[in-house]
Amino acid sequence: MSTESIAWRAPQAAARPLVDKLHEWVTTVDHKRLGILYITYALFFLIIGGIEATVLRIQLIRPHNHFVPPQVFNRMFTMHGTTMIFFVAMPVLFGFANYLVPLMIGARDMAFPRLNAFSFWMTAFGGLLLYFSLLGANGLYGAGNAPDVGWFAYAPLTSLAFSPGHSTDYWTLSLLVSGFGSIGTAINIIATILCMRCPGMTLEKMPLLAWLNLVMAGLVILAVSPLTAAQIMLLIDRYLGGHFFDTQAGGSAVMWMHFFWVFGHPEVYVLVIPAFAFASEIIPVFSRKAIFGYPVMVAATICIGFIGMSVWAHHMFTVGMSSSANTFFVLSTMAIAVPTGIKIFNWLATMWGGQIDFKTPMLFCVAFLFQFLIAGLTGIMLGSAPFDWQLGNSYFVVAHFHYVIVGGILFTLFGAFYYWFPKMSGRMYNEKLGRLHFWLFIIGFHLTFDFMHIPGILGMPRRIYTYEPGRGWDVWNLIVTIGVVFQAAGVLVFIGNLLWSYFRGELAGSDPWDAWTLEWSTSSPPPAYNFGSIPTVRSRRPLWDLKHPDDPDWKYE
Amino acid sequence: MSNRPKGIVMRALKSMLAVLWFPAASAFAEPEHPFLSPTNIFAPASTPAYSIFDLSLFVLEVTAAIFLVVFSLLAYVVVKFRKKAVSDGREPAQVYGSTQLELAWTVIPILIVVTLFLAAARVIASIQNAARPSNAIEVTVIGHQFWWEYRYPSLKVVTANELHVPVSDPAHPTPTFLTLLSADTDHSFWVPRLAGKTDLIPNHPNSMWIDPHETGLYLGQCAQYCGTQHAKMLLRVYVDSRDDFDRWIQEQRQPAHLSDVASQGRHIFEITACINCHAVAGTVANGRFGPDLTHLMSRQTIASGVAKNTIGNLIAWIYKPDVFKPGCEMPSMGLSVQQSAAVAAYLVTLR
Repeated sequence: MSTESIAWRAPQAAARPLVDKLHEWVTTVDHKRLGILYITYALFFLIIGGIEATVLRIQLIRPHNHFVPPQVFNRMFTMHGTTMIFFVAMPVLFGFANYLVPLMIGARDMAFPRLNAFSFWMTAFGGLLLYFSLLGANGLYGAGNAPDVGWFAYAPLTSLAFSPGHSTDYWTLSLLVSGFGSIGTAINIIATILCMRCPGMTLEKMPLLAWLNLVMAGLVILAVSPLTAAQIMLLIDRYLGGHFFDTQAGGSAVMWMHFFWVFGHPEVYVLVIPAFAFASEIIPVFSRKAIFGYPVMVAATICIGFIGMSVWAHHMFTVGMSSSANTFFVLSTMAIAVPTGIKIFNWLATMWGGQIDFKTPMLFCVAFLFQFLIAGLTGIMLGSAPFDWQLGNSYFVVAHFHYVIVGGILFTLFGAFYYWFPKMSGRMYNEKLGRLHFWLFIIGFHLTFDFMHIPGILGMPRRIYTYEPGRGWDVWNLIVTIGVVFQAAGVLVFIGNLLWSYFRGELAGSDPWDAWTLEWSTSSPPPAYNFGSIPTVRSRRPLWDLKHPDDPDWKYE
Repeated sequence: MSNRPKGIVMRALKSMLAVLWFPAASAFAEPEHPFLSPTNIFAPASTPAYSIFDLSLFVLEVTAAIFLVVFSLLAYVVVKFRKKAVSDGREPAQVYGSTQLELAWTVIPILIVVTLFLAAARVIASIQNAARPSNAIEVTVIGHQFWWEYRYPSLKVVTANELHVPVSDPAHPTPTFLTLLSADTDHSFWVPRLAGKTDLIPNHPNSMWIDPHETGLYLGQCAQYCGTQHAKMLLRVYVDSRDDFDRWIQEQRQPAHLSDVASQGRHIFEITACINCHAVAGTVANGRFGPDLTHLMSRQTIASGVAKNTIGNLIAWIYKPDVFKPGCEMPSMGLSVQQSAAVAAYLVTLR
């Protein structure tokens, strides 16, 4: 997977042995290579997390099933959640940010290339540490193995009394380590965007992807820091006799919830804002129109960032907060629907009057619009605190946040994969396989996550390893599990497509989509130094200006 | 997956037709025979559940309307503005924005949000700030890994896993107020037809209330992950007529009804570690870690609703608790089958 320019790749590639190439990848500080490392690493964990989800679904296919014992089930949902959030979603989005931000702002690398490499390896070892618990966590009590405290690890289940052995320690340490990596990357993205833009690219002429990643990086710093602090407090509780969360010695379980969710909710926006960024680049290009209302899109994103920091306790409507606290968090939660709605309408207006070309990236983005609409509406239901007293912690919530994370984020991510694959590899993907992937995945997605709402409405709580017959949950769980087959098939087609296209795909050329942002002005894959000479821009769509000298954007912006 | 029932596809199709849209589903809900499930949140039978249900319908109507409008717009755009098969190669007109339009789709959502917020705020206040009438029944619910302890402090009753409350006439309500505590990890009390859920958190007392309008059995289960057997921490709420409830209270206040027929089992029970955790009022057994067994046979289930309270299940449960709940806190005491049967024979005398 070489990313050097075509001009000097051939003679060198033939001459270097494999171990040299590996050495280059391990020691690289190139933002493009680190981006690809992040993405590959996340794809690996996507498969692991997917297998864990499959085990969960097989166990729940019918009541009183005995596919796995309760202990294994509890470890599986803990690992599935932790893996998917921290070692799939965040790394893959950081990977794309790493790869694309410097290219799109006309820079030759990130602001701090060594910090970049350091951050990646912290994240990578964080993930390995989590999975090392399978080998290393068999503590004195034999109660080790993978952590089984749930991905939000509510106190006091994590205290030594209820979680002997070392599994919770591996969970804590792995998030601590990868958290430092995330903060490093966030600092790097902010510094890069603020300091490394090419001449002419003022903040209001930046591509939306850069803007949104700037907001995302700010949120990472604000959100991951309290999580890191809480992990350290938990370690102090477990090993130094602290009582932060030790309820039996006067500690507070609710404080952990606040710490976790003041991370956990902004985290949702950390994940979804880059997904918005992909949609904001892909939808205009495949509609052949400029993004509608660029300043409002930026303002809405910043607004989401700010309001997103003040909604965390809507995850805690059932923990017995005062009625005024509950009321406040209803208001802040619902307020966030406004900027999010603006975004959906602006994408819609971007497509209005366009010539929409339904290539695979656009298919995924259009599906995202429909699905994110539904995810937002179920979010409004959950944001209404009394409704949440019924729906909270049920399968309705599970369906809702998978609608956001899979139906929203993963769909745009697949779109981003297909859209930028030609740039990263220099070759086109196979369009037929791309479509097959899309249809398999959308069928599987809807079978699984549409029907998952219903057992929640019928009273099925999440995180139960089995359930009683006669509750009316059986059929829905069966359908939900059947959907997994289609999703898994879709992902296999996707990975097959990537591999096949990497070796056999047609050469893409530098600008296969007739697009408008700077990354398409350099070769595919770009040379190590990105641009032969640093470009100068006059508008948000420098390549449009180049292609339409008679009618350039800078006349109107 | 081996013995999947036949006709499951037909059942699935029928059910799917029935639940095309949540409000449609809820329209069929009857309190007496809840549609689809005994734990359907859209089959309320108590004031807090009714208030939530009404609010839910309102939220569902508003969101359904938003969905229809935006979905139609999206569908229209996707169909109408597809790239034509024959293109003249020219780019469409470039539009950079429209202040009026963007103002419209900022202001209208704000109005909707304010409406939804006010509706929610009203229900929050009506449920959370409800006054406690003097005739309210008070119950302290203590969550344990993985069972429920119920204490009626003013009525001097202690029981486990099966909560009894009186029916409440809407004209003259006799609500039950629950104080929620936890002995170990976080739990959540959720009986969907009676009220929303509220968590039981150690060091953080909570409260909630119910006033069931119909007698009968209401089901639910723990809704906050609390450890290995979180799934089998089931809730059973028996709503009795006032007479039945008073009679039940009278019976529960008696000390254990002891007889000589099972003295061997009682002996084993009292010399084994059973009494470290279990109490039988009027005997040496006064443990507090496990369910109170004084009136065990007045309960229909054992192990927190997991199995029917029969002598066979009691023997199996005593002999090897892991059969019903692998990972539960009750240990196997190493009794033989005969000893377990003797203990069970003693337990079935505890009426």
